[in-house]
Amino acid sequence: MQWKHKDLLDISQLTADEVRHILATAAYFREINSRPVKKVPTLKGRSVVLFFAEPSTRTKTSFDMAGKRLSADTFALAKSSSSLVKGETLKDTALTLQAMNPDGIVIRHGSSGAAQFLAERLECSVINAGDGRHAHPTQALLDALTFSRRWKGDFAGKTVLILGDIAHSRVARSNVLLLTLLGARVRLCAPRTLLPPRLDAWPVEVFCDLAKACQGVDAVMCLRLQLERQQAGLLPDLREYARTFGLCETHLHEAAPGCCILHPGPINRGVEIGSALADSAESLILEQVENGVAVRMALLFLYLTRKSPDATESGIPA
Amino acid sequence: MTLPTQQLEAGKMPKIDLAVRGALWFGPIKGSGKPSEKGAAAAKSALKGGLSARGQQLKGQLVDVFVAKGKIMALAPAGSLDLRAAKEIDASGLVLLPSLTDVHVHLREPGQEYKEDIASGLGAAAHGGFANLMCMANTRPVNDTASVTEFMLEQARKGWPHGPRLFPIGALTKGLKGQELAPMAELAAAGCKAMSNDGRPVENSELFRRAMEYASDLGMIVIDHCEDPYLAPAAGMNEGEVSSRLGLPAQPDVAEAIQVARDVLLAEYLNVPVHLAHISCEKSVALIRFAKARGVDVTAETCPHYLTLTEDEAAGYSAAAKVSPPLRTRADVDALIDALAEGVVDMLATDHAPHAAHEKEVEFDAAPCGISGLDTALSATWELVRAGRLPFDAFVRAWTTAPCGRFALPVNTFAPGDPADFVLFDQDAAWTVSAQTMHSKSKNTPLLGRSLRGRVAAHFLAGKMVIGGLVSGV
Repeated sequence: MQWKHKDLLDISQLTADEVRHILATAAYFREINSRPVKKVPTLKGRSVVLFFAEPSTRTKTSFDMAGKRLSADTFALAKSSSSLVKGETLKDTALTLQAMNPDGIVIRHGSSGAAQFLAERLECSVINAGDGRHAHPTQALLDALTFSRRWKGDFAGKTVLILGDIAHSRVARSNVLLLTLLGARVRLCAPRTLLPPRLDAWPVEVFCDLAKACQGVDAVMCLRLQLERQQAGLLPDLREYARTFGLCETHLHEAAPGCCILHPGPINRGVEIGSALADSAESLILEQVENGVAVRMALLFLYLTRKSPDATESGIPA
Repeated sequence: MTLPTQQLEAGKMPKIDLAVRGALWFGPIKGSGKPSEKGAAAAKSALKGGLSARGQQLKGQLVDVFVAKGKIMALAPAGSLDLRAAKEIDASGLVLLPSLTDVHVHLREPGQEYKEDIASGLGAAAHGGFANLMCMANTRPVNDTASVTEFMLEQARKGWPHGPRLFPIGALTKGLKGQELAPMAELAAAGCKAMSNDGRPVENSELFRRAMEYASDLGMIVIDHCEDPYLAPAAGMNEGEVSSRLGLPAQPDVAEAIQVARDVLLAEYLNVPVHLAHISCEKSVALIRFAKARGVDVTAETCPHYLTLTEDEAAGYSAAAKVSPPLRTRADVDALIDALAEGVVDMLATDHAPHAAHEKEVEFDAAPCGISGLDTALSATWELVRAGRLPFDAFVRAWTTAPCGRFALPVNTFAPGDPADFVLFDQDAAWTVSAQTMHSKSKNTPLLGRSLRGRVAAHFLAGKMVIGGLVSGV
């Protein structure tokens, strides 16, 4: 497949075939990641800027590792060390980065739309590593790879429950789009205070009762509860939240056989997910991390070589 | 016709300074019977353009306007009065409109002259067809002392000595902080026409009550920016389907409507007037309708952008569409147009809120709220008249008699003796909104790059042509 997109901003840009192509490419890199020598020369000489204007450890490390395993040079630009703290606007940061001629920029930013803002102004590829509450497409894709391996590529008829703070979650937004695109059904469960408005326009079923929401589901994706939601008056306290919306083993009794558990991390043990459950056989949380590197390798490869004619000669599936 | 014929016969006519001939006029001619034949022909040609109002054909006729000493002397069917003037203007092909009045602009001077200053704002107003502007108090320093008011008036006199006229609005509370009353008597004496905390809604209802009472003793109307600050922590985006999809922090329309309810209930209880700024949603309209039915002395304005644009404008995270209150839904747009046609919403105002390009070219979250409106308001709202959504008389009321009546500003109804403030409008002239075609210093509008129909060909204030590159003498 000839890759035609310059940027990855949101799942809504992709077709189901393109997603399957990303997942197939990621599966190939996953195999490379299991070799003793994990580095390939695919992106040798290319440079990728990791521009993280919001704190992040796992996503940034994941992209950094993905780039390095493809032999790209990666440059980290964190908010604390960047000129953003000196009052530089995002536009000026973008223009400055552009002047350094990178091949790709991975951006994490607290404002919804920041990745698109950058993409509209830069010639290089922009990969959205999370913008505000809007989108986190690489997370959704690594989740899809995790499901795909579990379900042997067949999403049809599967039901996924996304549990927790949907309102503030870019992970939830991107996963709703991607799971629906691949043919799965999506349920959401949260107190109403943590749901976005006008969910009637979303292709989802909404539950406020966790036990009912879990009935017959093939997977539960827990979301991290940010502790500041309590101060914002969106929930009484963590104890009550854990009791009503924390996932524990009894909830899974009514789920479909083989129901698995995902979490984008970092987890709050005993809040949105019972500690034992996080470590159980049903938990795919660590596999998600592993798949994250492979998916990001696939994305860097596809987006950074989209114009390159020799891309298909590298032995990577076309 | 408006000219008393006895006066003509008695030869008591003063010298006529200006005659504008052959303009297309869609309003009534007081005292005249039916339109002349020429007028009927004009009406026919107008019909060709598809003009209609609420299913009825918009009827126009050709007229001549005569001006003496800065005042209207007569509006008469074209050719019906045999009068010569010192200056003759050929207005054939142009629509005659009274100059507009805008009771809600932000001119940024003093303090933020890089966005706009009084001269540039008045310039945009002159080109946009406005005779009177009321400017809000959220300058730096805030207009909460006579010296700031006097400075504003002085800048207006220096910038545009022949108008548009500037009428400052005083701060309702000191520094707009919502804590203590501003010295309203001092502000009124210095020339302020109303009092408002616009931009920083007064959340303390007790203080707001006292401000309304105090202002009413001075004959001052309080203008309120209706927004519950707790329900509206995020400004500039409507809470709904679009915000939900984009993941943008947003505010629901009830944040506005709840304050509208507070204000009209207080106005009724205290028996004082109140004016509601930039109404943006159907729920507010319903509450205003309720209040008017109870006899509350309430007036309300809405803005061209709430009549023409929806929350969809924000879909690409375009900060140009970020405005407070936010753009709402199609249903709100329709309700507001109907309310304006009906007179439930009394008037139009631009809420002209200029911001520099670099301030708007940022993440949506980080951008300031506001749309630069003086350059595009007339064209955008005239399009509603052409489309038959807004009757001509409602258009004229909303832009002239309603605001001028409410705030005691000079108004031209084309009756003899009215200030000769009028526009010759080329309703078919297509133009593209751009940095070059806008006269405001700031070009922050979602209309940038779009094409509009209708431009001011000439603008007369007190009979003096302030804008007029596009008209010729006879």
